[in-house]
Amino acid sequence: MKSLLRLRIFLRPYARQILLAVICLLGVTTLSLVVPDIIRRVIDEGLAQGDMGMIRRAAFLILGIGILSAAFSSGQRYLSEWIAAHIGYDLRNRMYDHIQRLSFAYHDRAQAGQLISRSIEDVRSIERFMGFGLIELARLSVLLVGVVTLLFLQNLRLAGIALLPLIPLVTMTVWFGSIISRYFLEIDNNLGELSSRLQENATGAQVVRAFAREPYEIARFDAANRALYRARVTVIGQWSRVMPTTRLLAVLGTVLILWFGGSMVLRGEMTVGEVVAFNSYMVMLAMPARQLVWLVNLGGEAVAGIQRVFEILDTPRDIASPPDAVRLPPLSGQVTFREVSFRYEGDRRAPALQDISLEIAPNQIVALIGSTGSGKTTLVNLIPRFYDVSAGAVLVDGYDVRRVDLASLRRQIGIVLQTSLLFSDTVRANIAFGRPDASPEEVEAAARAAQAHEFITRLPEGYDTVIGERGLTLSGGQRQRIAIARALLMDPRILILDDSTSSVDLRTEQLIQQALDTLMQGRTTFVIAHRIATVRRADLILVLEGGRIVQRGTHARLLAEEGPYREIYELQLAGGRQTVDGGR
Amino acid sequence: MSQPIQPPAYILKNYEDSHAEYNREVVRRLMGFIRPYALPMLGALVLMLINAGAMVAGPYLIKIAIDDGLSAGNVAVLRNASLAYLGVALAQWVAIYLRVNVMARVGQSIIYDLRARIFEHLQALSLEFFSRHSVGRIITRTINDVGVLREFFTWAILAVARDLFDLFGAVFAMLSMDWRLSLLAFTVLPVMAWMTATFRRKSRAKYRQVRAATSWVSSVLAENINGVRVVQAFSREDYNYAYFRQQPNLYHRQSKLEAARLSAIFLPGIDLLGALATAIVVGVGGAAALGGDITAGILVAFTLYINRFFEPIRDLSRRFDTFQSAMAGGERIFALLDTPIQVQDAPDAVEMPPIRGEVRFDGVSFRYDEEDAWVLRDINVHVGAGETVALVGETGAGKTTFIKLLARFYDPTEGRVLVDGIDIRTVTQASLRSQMGLVLQEPFLFNGTVGENIAFGRLEATQEEVEAAARAVGLHDFIAALPQGYDTPVHEGGLRLSVGQRQLVSFARALLADPRILILDEATSSVDTQTEQIIQRALERLLHGRTAFVIAHRLSTVVNADRILVIHDGRIVEEGTHAELLALGGRYAALHRETVGR
Repeated sequence: MKSLLRLRIFLRPYARQILLAVICLLGVTTLSLVVPDIIRRVIDEGLAQGDMGMIRRAAFLILGIGILSAAFSSGQRYLSEWIAAHIGYDLRNRMYDHIQRLSFAYHDRAQAGQLISRSIEDVRSIERFMGFGLIELARLSVLLVGVVTLLFLQNLRLAGIALLPLIPLVTMTVWFGSIISRYFLEIDNNLGELSSRLQENATGAQVVRAFAREPYEIARFDAANRALYRARVTVIGQWSRVMPTTRLLAVLGTVLILWFGGSMVLRGEMTVGEVVAFNSYMVMLAMPARQLVWLVNLGGEAVAGIQRVFEILDTPRDIASPPDAVRLPPLSGQVTFREVSFRYEGDRRAPALQDISLEIAPNQIVALIGSTGSGKTTLVNLIPRFYDVSAGAVLVDGYDVRRVDLASLRRQIGIVLQTSLLFSDTVRANIAFGRPDASPEEVEAAARAAQAHEFITRLPEGYDTVIGERGLTLSGGQRQRIAIARALLMDPRILILDDSTSSVDLRTEQLIQQALDTLMQGRTTFVIAHRIATVRRADLILVLEGGRIVQRGTHARLLAEEGPYREIYELQLAGGRQTVDGGR
Repeated sequence: MSQPIQPPAYILKNYEDSHAEYNREVVRRLMGFIRPYALPMLGALVLMLINAGAMVAGPYLIKIAIDDGLSAGNVAVLRNASLAYLGVALAQWVAIYLRVNVMARVGQSIIYDLRARIFEHLQALSLEFFSRHSVGRIITRTINDVGVLREFFTWAILAVARDLFDLFGAVFAMLSMDWRLSLLAFTVLPVMAWMTATFRRKSRAKYRQVRAATSWVSSVLAENINGVRVVQAFSREDYNYAYFRQQPNLYHRQSKLEAARLSAIFLPGIDLLGALATAIVVGVGGAAALGGDITAGILVAFTLYINRFFEPIRDLSRRFDTFQSAMAGGERIFALLDTPIQVQDAPDAVEMPPIRGEVRFDGVSFRYDEEDAWVLRDINVHVGAGETVALVGETGAGKTTFIKLLARFYDPTEGRVLVDGIDIRTVTQASLRSQMGLVLQEPFLFNGTVGENIAFGRLEATQEEVEAAARAVGLHDFIAALPQGYDTPVHEGGLRLSVGQRQLVSFARALLADPRILILDEATSSVDTQTEQIIQRALERLLHGRTAFVIAHRLSTVVNADRILVIHDGRIVEEGTHAELLALGGRYAALHRETVGR
């Protein structure tokens, strides 16, 4: 219930429509209460007194009420769908925007599949309940109160008897409502497990095959599949006991009316028509009583969904522009690390970065080298503020990155990530990702600079070829070059290349390297690389080990001193010498 | 917003073909899944009939209570009718309880079976399938499309039976009480038939549009979440949000409202016809009652039956959407299940005996499809047991395909691949692959612990063996230093491993599997020099006595390989040792000059 209340803010903008829907609903309900009374009068007055005119009037009245009721019902139906569609629309927007602004740290922990299923499935179950369930719930309450009042007005004593079954009915429904959302959470979790099994097997298909693990994977999927089966059957089992019982209790009311009301007729305390009308009202209760359980079921599902959705919406955007953010002017490209330490959230190991102090002048080329897991990627990720430092500060042109407008910072930084993720769209749109307003000439220029223009023009539809999951599959090297073009189009003041040439063959790497060499001119550049050949021309080389900078300097200086850099150099040289030796 | 919103072509193309709410072929195949549960379903149907009978009996008992009990002043009849009504209600309780439980089990079992079938089929499909179909789409098929069928199997099938029964029950009861009054009530039927037909026709298109809109919203959302790091890196949040709000999400809302408008006219329309029928019955029946042709009880029962008559019709029209979705979902599921399995164990496949390691490609050519260009052309290679072979060539030359044919991820279009002289198509895939080790360029870790990921290919491995494998690739110290050691969970939400570290895990995994043939596909491109050195040393030991195929841009293994195959445009253009090829002065020599030159 508490969870349901949280949806108020989503309902508020549509208060007018909700009010209107409830009015329509009251209209429909009130009118439906009138009809049994008309039939009672037909029997008691029309038939008893032989008044044909009265019967005719009754017939027309029924038709008139039917027309009016259809109008109300039409309005109510459309309005409740309208409200549902608008709330669903708002909720999906909120989810979409909130998720895309949550920090890298959040996305490191979250499972993408979970986020997707919450934004789609859970929002859908909330939407279904809000539009249909809420209005219907209002209607049922009105109907319930209306019918009960009418019954008491008609005959106090009979009403008291006939309504006795309502007490256990309401009690049971409330109990059912309190337990059911737990079962739906269980189903949701099982569905999540099933999705991750699928996700894993679809992405890791080759590894599963290579190790002949299919039977094991099938068994694991089967366990999840079976658990889901059990959860579903359990929920329906609960519902199967409650649902017919409500019906039975409602029927019990009719039986009580027949018996006690009948006796009253025989004693001359009531007319037949009154008992018939009384029973018609009781039958009207039976339907809502059944629907109530069904609604509670639907509500249980929605509450489970609401909990899961708000779990996301309640996550604070821990990395966002502060209220008094400074819009960065065009940067010169100076980067400072002031005693920076960084530890990944929830990671109990040693900090990923410790005590990093750096002073990078504009237009310098900085190379980062070090063994895998030494903190190279972590270090460069702090510059565009993908993560916030645990201690110290990162400054760009003297501005602390935590004080500036995030977009104004990131728009001046171009990044080529280790894995080049592209989107299902045209090549052009992918290159223009950071600047959707770029002209075709600019896109082409960026592609040329990244050595991508040539292969793009050979694609079936050139720059308009759709790539990605639903389109043409590109090779790793081609993807990488598009990712580079994408970064270049931003004309960034600071360029970050995270091991961006590792998945291309030598010839391509050379082409890209040539392109990058010219592009690095006039920008501050951070390059992560493994090859000495790539880093030797850098203005500053940083050697990282266990989250610390253990050596810094130019290639010549670092070679001259004892240390890991020279070791790496010698190792790679040895590889080269081997080649040369073999060549002799 | 004057321009109407249109989903992109890749969404629409899945919804273009007309998915009627009845597709004979889909229904026939769905019935195949129902067949094992025919008996319980029959039972449920009987229970349903009992329930429907009880529903019809209710008003009739009331009529008796009024006409024969109250009007006649007969207390016994009144009491008996009341008790009978209660008995009927109890029977109804039992019938509903049993039916719901039986159908829950039947429906969920069918869904369980379908999902199991899909998953097993996925495990047998070629890798090509996975590169052509996004993970999202595979999940949608197995979760959502099957989920729609759940509704269909658990509720809809029997509900239709119940609706039809209620309908005919009401018609029968009305006719048997007074056929003239019944015919009068039925005069509204032609109008209703016309309305229903119109609604069906129009709603089909609208519901299809809603489904397309849903799929569009989902795919845009999913892509944004998967690519969220790039989105933030390029500050695209505002742009993407505006797009989502104004395009897919708005289109979704509009589509839903259009569909709602339709049913907001249709369903109250049906109610109106019900009111018209009631008015006719009261007007004409009232006159008949005055004339003494019918009793008051009949009149009352008639107004009740008219409601019972229109309710199933409303219910059926509400189910159009479920049926349509079920047919569309069924079509897509069967399309997936019909995707041919390209690599399959031969019916008479035998276990591959322990492999010595001799590999022969005998006139092998390969292309994905008949219209496609050849990826490999006329490959003839003979590799002795224990040899290390390096494959060299540009991206797209066919090196990876060569390896995939050896692991039998694909079958050659022409020619044969032989291991120890045995055509690999004649042995089981499991027995072949369990003797091969494969390390790919992009390491893949499964949800689980580090230890489990290393033991991936040999589940029965002991802790010592796992540690030994980790030690061999220089990973042991790192893992041992973790708070939970080998039991530390990896993957999403767990331990953060760098790409290089993940690669080491997959090396350890291959080591532990103790393969007879080892395949390294650009396995060291993302590790640093020191790590590469460690791996290199581990490899020297590992390669000893095993046949190995290595694809690498830089690895010195290439230089040290017993033989180098230079592949260009799907053909082997040069073959020999490093020294021989350098002396040849061809493509390899040129490649090598570029490397050393840097």
